[in-house]
Amino acid sequence: MSGHSMMRCGEFRTDYKSDTTIFPTPRSRYAAIAGVLFLLVAAPFLNPYYLNLLIQIGYYGIAALGLNILVGFTGQISLGHAAFFGFGAFASAWINNTTGIPVFLAIPLAGLMTTAVGLIFGIPAGRIKGLYLAIATLASQFILEDFFARAEWFTGGTYGSMANPVSLFGYELDTEQSFFYVVLFWTVLMFVLAANLLRTRDGRAFIAVRDHYLSAEIMGINLTKYRILSFGISSFYAGIGGALFAHYLGFVSAEGFTILLSIQFLGMIIIGGLGSVMGTLLGTAFMVLLPEVMEGIVSNLQWLGSGVSEALVYIKEMAIGLAIILFLIFEPDGLAHRWQMIKSYWKLYPFSY
Amino acid sequence: MNYELLGNLLVNGAIVGTLYGVVAMCFVLIYKSTQVVNFAQGEFLLIGAWVCWALLVKFGLPFWIGFPITLLFMFFFGVLLQLVVLRPMIGEPIISVIMLTIGLSIFFQASMSWIFGVFVKPFPQIFETESVSILGLQVQTAYVMSMIISVIIMVGFYYFFKHSRAGLAMRATAFDQQVAQSLGISVQKAFALSWAISAMVSALAGVVVGMVNGVSSALSFFGIKVFPAVILGGLDSIVGAIAGGLIIGLLENFAEFLDSQYFHVGNMYTVAPFYILVIILMIKPYGLFGTKDIERI
Repeated sequence: MSGHSMMRCGEFRTDYKSDTTIFPTPRSRYAAIAGVLFLLVAAPFLNPYYLNLLIQIGYYGIAALGLNILVGFTGQISLGHAAFFGFGAFASAWINNTTGIPVFLAIPLAGLMTTAVGLIFGIPAGRIKGLYLAIATLASQFILEDFFARAEWFTGGTYGSMANPVSLFGYELDTEQSFFYVVLFWTVLMFVLAANLLRTRDGRAFIAVRDHYLSAEIMGINLTKYRILSFGISSFYAGIGGALFAHYLGFVSAEGFTILLSIQFLGMIIIGGLGSVMGTLLGTAFMVLLPEVMEGIVSNLQWLGSGVSEALVYIKEMAIGLAIILFLIFEPDGLAHRWQMIKSYWKLYPFSY
Repeated sequence: MNYELLGNLLVNGAIVGTLYGVVAMCFVLIYKSTQVVNFAQGEFLLIGAWVCWALLVKFGLPFWIGFPITLLFMFFFGVLLQLVVLRPMIGEPIISVIMLTIGLSIFFQASMSWIFGVFVKPFPQIFETESVSILGLQVQTAYVMSMIISVIIMVGFYYFFKHSRAGLAMRATAFDQQVAQSLGISVQKAFALSWAISAMVSALAGVVVGMVNGVSSALSFFGIKVFPAVILGGLDSIVGAIAGGLIIGLLENFAEFLDSQYFHVGNMYTVAPFYILVIILMIKPYGLFGTKDIERI
């Protein structure tokens, strides 16, 4: 298949090679590259507030992508993702503080450490699934949270631990502008890795396990291996995301990694679209921007009385809950599906039938 | 060995355990009849307790009027929740249903904190005496009442599901929806009823806990403590839920005792049930009384 025409009426693939590309169409590849280039060029001109939001979308997006590999592609449920995210954050700070390994190496090492923890907590996933697994991961959330509060050598206990900024060739990347490039690098790397993973044998095995695990097992896919592997990969992503979070804020404390953050991660992938790499990014952007939008709305409602701004923290939480509920009822396939529909509408315009 | 402390903690455990049992029973009721895992069970306790508190304190109603109004409110609240939010989810994958109830849970929790604040508010005094002495141990009157109420609820559940028409219809629905429907049972009604009963009984438990500890958002943690109980008992067994609740209540207090006497690590009360949960899932995922799934292609 070649791109003879700019306006095709659908994506028609005639061989396996074109069906297993990282980007579905050449144009989506150009768009993605152009987007990354735009961000590279634009970063020095953006003000710190927007950069901060983009950085948040970056590190939360990486962690959410890991969760999407677990939930959206392998069909498992995890309610403990925030704990792994937190573990990555503490691990990276700990590696850097105790061994002196530079931060840019500590980040992937923290990812690997989190993978190890994820594999341990993923062991129940080899035996149980669905609801039981959801509850088991809920337990891992509480157990890890307890561990954070207890393990002072690792996390600094109730005081939290300091995380040094990323430094490269003697330069400290501690401003929004410079750290943005670090996050952008990791985000692009992790998203390309994930998109690539799904073209491989292992990625197809994940999808087979999700679609019908019994059939998959009968076809010779080792269920236990792939379920636990999926947990490992998802924790690796969470660990990387958490490490970036730690070195961005410069300070890690255990309070941030509660069940609410786990729920937010799940919200990101549900709003974005389960089983969609691009949807993960859309959902994360939605979830990061939602509190900001609520803040904007609330600040315009001051005339209602002073109670409104005091209630802001609850309004933000309620908005998260409501967004999840409304998306599940009205758009269960998420923003990615909505985007597909918009695209196909324009592809066929004006002859939609 | 500090036997007095141990005795105190175990009595406490048995009482809290029966409350866990009641909440777990409500959870199982919803799971069994509608196949929905309700992560918002703890919020039912919270809402019930706050509504009752508001009726008693803000509106100054006496307990014997305010309490039935609370139960009535929760009944309709449960029906409404099922009709508006959960009916569209029938036939959706399990992750969607779980996330929906989680969404409900954070929505209600945040809205309750907004309306009533985050501080613990004490319940008005309902009994004349604070505590009574049982076998030489001081036990709070509200706890004694909660024990009695819990047992009454359990017996009530038994009669409802064994002998009443509605209860039998709900059991038939839980067993097989299509068969129940073809026998003239309204599956929709059975679904709504199970949510209503579950919300109502949970609210009752919430009021009881609120009387002892005061009302605060900590109540919703009951909804999370329920998971170790139902997993231990088996997700679809009402008897298992009661047994599981009792065992978890006793175990967490026993863990607290061991901790205070020997280990001194702290926080065992919260975390011990989850360690137990993981161990059960590894050894016996379907719990003590749960039915084992047999799957076919």
